[in-house]
Amino acid sequence: MAETSTAKAHASAAHGLQHQFDSLGQQKDASTLGMWVFLVTEILFFGGLFLAYTIYRWQYARGFALASHHMDILLGTVNTAVLICSSLTMAMAVHSAALGRRKPLMGFLVATMLLGAAFLGIKAVEYTEHIRHHLFPGPGFHYPGPDARSAEIFFSLYFAMTGLHALHMIIGIGLLSVLFVLARRGRFIPEYYSPVEICGLYWHFVDIVWIFLFPLLYLIGRHLK
Amino acid sequence: MSAVTIPEPEPQHPRDNYLNAGYGIRSWLLTRDHKRIALLYLGSITFFFFLGGLFALLIRLELLTPAGDLVQSETYNKLFTMHGVIMVFFFLIPSIPAVLGNFLIPMMIGAKDLAFPRLNLLSWYVYMAGAFFTLWAVVHGGVDTGWTFYTPYSTASSNTNVIAAAVGIFITGFSSILTGLNFIVTIHTMRAPGLTWFRLPLFVWGHYATSLIFVLGTPVIAVTLLMVFAERVFHLGIFDPALGGDPILFQHLFWFYSHPAVYIMILPAMGVVSEIVTTFSRKNIFGYRFVAFASIAIAVLGFLVWGHHMFVSGQSVYAGLVFSVLSFLVAIPSAVKVFNWTATMYKGSISWRTPMLYAFGFIGLFTIGGLTGLFLASLGVNVHVHDTYFIIAHFHYIMVGGAIMGYLGGIHYWWPKISGKLYPEGLARFSALVVFLGFNLTFFPQFILGYLGMPRRYHAYPPEFQVLNVLSTAGASVLGVGYLLPMIYLVWSMRYGRNAPANPWGSTGLEWKTSSPPPKDNFDVPPVVTEDPYTYSHEEVERLG
Amino acid sequence: MSRQSTADSQQAETEHVVPVPVYVAIFVALLVLTATTTAVAFVDLGPWNTVVALGIAVVKASLVVLFFMHLKYSPLLDRTVLLGGLFWLAIMIGLTLTDFATRGWMGGQ
Repeated sequence: MAETSTAKAHASAAHGLQHQFDSLGQQKDASTLGMWVFLVTEILFFGGLFLAYTIYRWQYARGFALASHHMDILLGTVNTAVLICSSLTMAMAVHSAALGRRKPLMGFLVATMLLGAAFLGIKAVEYTEHIRHHLFPGPGFHYPGPDARSAEIFFSLYFAMTGLHALHMIIGIGLLSVLFVLARRGRFIPEYYSPVEICGLYWHFVDIVWIFLFPLLYLIGRHLK
Repeated sequence: MSAVTIPEPEPQHPRDNYLNAGYGIRSWLLTRDHKRIALLYLGSITFFFFLGGLFALLIRLELLTPAGDLVQSETYNKLFTMHGVIMVFFFLIPSIPAVLGNFLIPMMIGAKDLAFPRLNLLSWYVYMAGAFFTLWAVVHGGVDTGWTFYTPYSTASSNTNVIAAAVGIFITGFSSILTGLNFIVTIHTMRAPGLTWFRLPLFVWGHYATSLIFVLGTPVIAVTLLMVFAERVFHLGIFDPALGGDPILFQHLFWFYSHPAVYIMILPAMGVVSEIVTTFSRKNIFGYRFVAFASIAIAVLGFLVWGHHMFVSGQSVYAGLVFSVLSFLVAIPSAVKVFNWTATMYKGSISWRTPMLYAFGFIGLFTIGGLTGLFLASLGVNVHVHDTYFIIAHFHYIMVGGAIMGYLGGIHYWWPKISGKLYPEGLARFSALVVFLGFNLTFFPQFILGYLGMPRRYHAYPPEFQVLNVLSTAGASVLGVGYLLPMIYLVWSMRYGRNAPANPWGSTGLEWKTSSPPPKDNFDVPPVVTEDPYTYSHEEVERLG
Repeated sequence: MSRQSTADSQQAETEHVVPVPVYVAIFVALLVLTATTTAVAFVDLGPWNTVVALGIAVVKASLVVLFFMHLKYSPLLDRTVLLGGLFWLAIMIGLTLTDFATRGWMGGQ
């Protein structure tokens, strides 16, 4: 009995228990709470842009609706599906880590990264199209139709919000690649895999931001002519 | 005041403490020890305090005469902007949390370190990165938008280094966010056995409330500055009226953080005052739970009042009514604290050591500053004194008379613990009095000036205001001396001061159970807490006089 | 020797592993909801379009939060943290709207 607990203690000490914590359980609780607190900061961070969006959509409802028609609804829907798939693969990665399955963990991490890259690729296509059609705000902005001023605000918010979101995706892919390297080295065991879990929380959060961006930017007033 | 002092042999420093646990610059720049990180911050913020003070000196020199004759008005705009930016973002906001909070919170809860020591070190580096950008802006011609960066001037018209300053503040904001996150997780998950929430020192409650604001408010200023950056660089017209944008939206976003930011600056100081008042009254705090909950109430209510900075901006009057009522409410928990500190002192055995002088000064000056806040919450008065020196006096009473006095009180109180040395008490008391007198001479005339109509951010004024301005400048020079003295004698004490015992003040609190200076991991054996805080017994009071 | 913390945050959900079929079910639900929200956008519901779109988004987000992010099985503290953040966002938007929504009122400016 004593030997098992000593062996377990050694396993804990060897496997990532930091000196300020008493146990891996406490460390995991702290890490998870820390990530949720961080996600709250992200809610308020994106929140400032959502506030600006709310105010301007309130004031320029028609202009926003008409501007939204210039978004490619097919690509937007596909991208939403891509991110949802990536959330599934991320959840499966965490699941694999919890069960100590190294190869599936690595596989799901790669799948998630590829799906994330696909999302960014589709976004790049969209951005290129918008810029080609002179819809990037600033001196080169040229909008065919009424309510050009509110359309320019719409596109300012569109590029700001999706741009910030894309930046978070890139950071997320970076985090996952670090996880992949650590996983390959056998760093994660069922008793210690919280880095995978908290990166998963981050990834799902970025997905949720898109879940809100999609209807707010792509689906306004589609029923209007 | 001790009637009888029993001469004790000079204490020896413990052989192994956090200061000698490693030598060389790498052991400091790559440290994960929260105590060393606190000292890294101490060095940085002290530098910025004096830099911000230099700008204040230039402002006060200009204001000696009614004519704008020392500097041009464009330069003057830069002086008050840099003074505000540096003092708010690079001194006041980090000061107590990053120095005293970092040093003490793990010790106060019986832990070896914060929850995330590497994140703590990263916080300091992030602070320094932001500081670098801002210093770059200062050196390359400054910024002239006011620390408030109002649009459309900051986004469209100003030709100064708005982008560098905005980037600098943006980056430093993440330092705050990480510190707040670290404190919240630490306080929730790493308290010693027996240390329930209502046995925590009020210093910890104050920092917990502050951390809530760090985490909820700072991201908003970050994204706002990002929008300013995007507007200036990419012409994304979010605040630009020419495109149908609304400059008032910027103000909403800016003040949503910047009002709670003032509570970031005061709550830690209030925590310090609670510790000092109990120790030097040798008495339990009056109404512990009220003070603890008041901290949380201030943090929460503080988020609901930001529109009181915008009464004359073009904001809807109805919104103004709502914000005015809420602003009156937020005064209540602050008043509760002042009442409770006073009641703690009542019939206590008061010892007027330097920390107590600062804490007592805090209570008085914060009360004046806070009461003038009520004047400002009132819509009618606000219209009259907005953008005058009344506002400047109001916030300096709270931030300098309050927060900085709290900071200095805390530095003196915990200096023996941090450095293992005693500061010279006589000189320190004298300096505290110099600070108090200098402060009042500087800022009380400004209430009168503001009420008489002298506007802020102008370097020229009607001649009838000169006498009061001269008094204010005289006060500022006295205040400057008052701040320089501790710099000198505290540094002196590190080499020549008497060694400090583990608990020079006879205070309760886990931090005083460690040696002075403490060992690297704080506690050899994790403590078990069985008592409420501030349990000063009658026998002990009598014994210590 | 237990830290005070374990009384605070209940036992971490190390024991609970969500079964794969649950994940797949949530995934399918999310895809269905996505298709729904796109389709409904083309139907004229007047002002309700926005409500429905946001409502569906909230449901999708909740599914991700509860199941993919394990909040359903997490300590109460984590849930409080998230709800607090959302509440604060609501305060920021709501109180700001008291300005913009009332500017047109009589005597409002």
